[in-house]
Amino acid sequence: MGRITLDKVSKAFGDVEVIPPLDLTIEDGEFVVFVGPSGCGKSTLLRLIAGLEDVSGGEIRINGQDATQTPPAKRGLAMVFQSYALYPHMSVRKNIAFPMRMAGMPKDEQDRRIEAAAKALNLTDYLDRRPGQLSGGQRQRVAIGRAIVREPDAFLFDEPLSNLDAALRVGMRLEISELHKRLTTTMVYVTHDQVEAMTMADKIVVLQAGRIEQVGSPMELYRSPRNVFVAGFIGSPKMNLLTGPEADKHSATTIGIRPEHIAISSDAGAWKGTVGVSEHLGSDTFFHVTVEGFHDPLTVRASGEVALYYGDTIYLTPDLTHLHRFDAQGLRIA
Amino acid sequence: MARSVSTNRKLVTTFFAWVVGLAIFFPILWTILTSFKTEAQAIADPPIFFNFHWTLENYVTVQERSNYFRHFWNSVVLSGGSTLLGLIIAIPAAWSMAFVPSRRTKDILMWMLSTKMLPPVGVLVPMYLIFRNLGLLDTQIGLVIVLTLINLPIIVWMLYTYFKEIPGEILEAARMDGATLRSEILYVLTPMAIPGIASTVLLNIILAWNEAFWTLNLTAAKAAPLTAFIASYSSPEGLFYAKLSAASTMAIAPILIMGWFSQKQLVRGLTFGAVK
Repeated sequence: MGRITLDKVSKAFGDVEVIPPLDLTIEDGEFVVFVGPSGCGKSTLLRLIAGLEDVSGGEIRINGQDATQTPPAKRGLAMVFQSYALYPHMSVRKNIAFPMRMAGMPKDEQDRRIEAAAKALNLTDYLDRRPGQLSGGQRQRVAIGRAIVREPDAFLFDEPLSNLDAALRVGMRLEISELHKRLTTTMVYVTHDQVEAMTMADKIVVLQAGRIEQVGSPMELYRSPRNVFVAGFIGSPKMNLLTGPEADKHSATTIGIRPEHIAISSDAGAWKGTVGVSEHLGSDTFFHVTVEGFHDPLTVRASGEVALYYGDTIYLTPDLTHLHRFDAQGLRIA
Repeated sequence: MARSVSTNRKLVTTFFAWVVGLAIFFPILWTILTSFKTEAQAIADPPIFFNFHWTLENYVTVQERSNYFRHFWNSVVLSGGSTLLGLIIAIPAAWSMAFVPSRRTKDILMWMLSTKMLPPVGVLVPMYLIFRNLGLLDTQIGLVIVLTLINLPIIVWMLYTYFKEIPGEILEAARMDGATLRSEILYVLTPMAIPGIASTVLLNIILAWNEAFWTLNLTAAKAAPLTAFIASYSSPEGLFYAKLSAASTMAIAPILIMGWFSQKQLVRGLTFGAVK
């Protein structure tokens, strides 16, 4: 069981309110990702749930029990830190055993769980090494192992992949997703990387300046972002946001169109533009196209085979069924 | 960044380094040499350097007249005891200052250090009276307490600096892993800070071993450490340089040997945090 409820939870450091009162429910077994730009309060929110920071107001309930004043050790949650936070003076085995040792678990049960975790995480050969002798990915797996053996009600991940290189990050992303499928334990995951959020989450919580901008499944957020901020934040590359006469045509203050929802033609279309920088990813190519009368260049996605070069003149046509409209407050117009 | 240094310059620098080093070491060398001379040779003018009749007579006399080992044992108890007691108080104090600082932590640290700026003689009379009234004069326990209090600011400062270097996330991880405050300090913080604690212990033992003001003023015979042992050769029946030197050599030898073997730890401890 791992149902976490935040009821008007707020946090202030001195006079600075980093999280205004917010409500959020994390269901048992859900993979929830907190995502947002640096300083949006996502890590603080996770630390409030963990109990590493005291709330300034509101209530945190875990499985229906008020846990607001419960010390971190007693909340039944396990946490994986960005820096791994392994105990450098202990072997991998002792690192993984530490939470069980603190809980006073019998030695043979400890050994059984260590073996199981090591096997699941490919750490069996490294059990007697110190963290300093491991690579970044292995260290992160030890941190995860230390979290699993306790069989917590929920796992908390604080940007666990940011210290890994790009290739390793993709691998670990899959491993964590797999772990979630296997354990079906609640996971709360903090990241600034919207790709991680999109690929891993059952539910994404988009935060900005301590406020929840939108909660929903990755596809909900992608299809119908509630406001301009979410529209710009979710999706890679970013959604093109246009203001001015073009938006007026659709009776909106801002309109948004994703790079994948713009058709390219060499002879006719709604907008005439000049190709600027192109980014070739192999499977796809992203063109940055300057359109007359638009403030910013548009990003357009095409298949990897499209041959367009710097300076070429092209015509673009947005797919109106995928056009997002926002009002003066930046809110979505249905 | 490497800087090219000419051979000449290296020679000059090395020469001066040796001169300064020898100048600093000379008093100790002279004391040791004198301790092997007769009283007459010790005060000879011009002074004799190596060309004298080496004798162990002074050491025998000193040991016969005043029990060296009793003083030595007192020194061990006082420096060891005050260091241990200091650590027991300073580790939690430094923990709280390093990991849960309040708005006043810096001020408290400064204030603690400022107590070291007070001349001890300023509080000699009140301290003496307190000790007399509590029956602590000339007791090991009384001196252990005084030495602990004197060196506590330094222990707290040093440990604070070391603890600051330990990432807070590791302690938070311990907390998440179910460690109580006691287990967190005992199983995570302390083992990680062992190098720092070691150099703090070494420095503190040296400071306590050499402390002469309070040990001389608050002891008479029973609890008197080696400082009192040396001092006892400096007055009543006039100065006996050779014997005084023998006593001094015997007093500083243990700590000198310990310092020699733990040089690396000590240097690391004293320069810690200077370069990051």
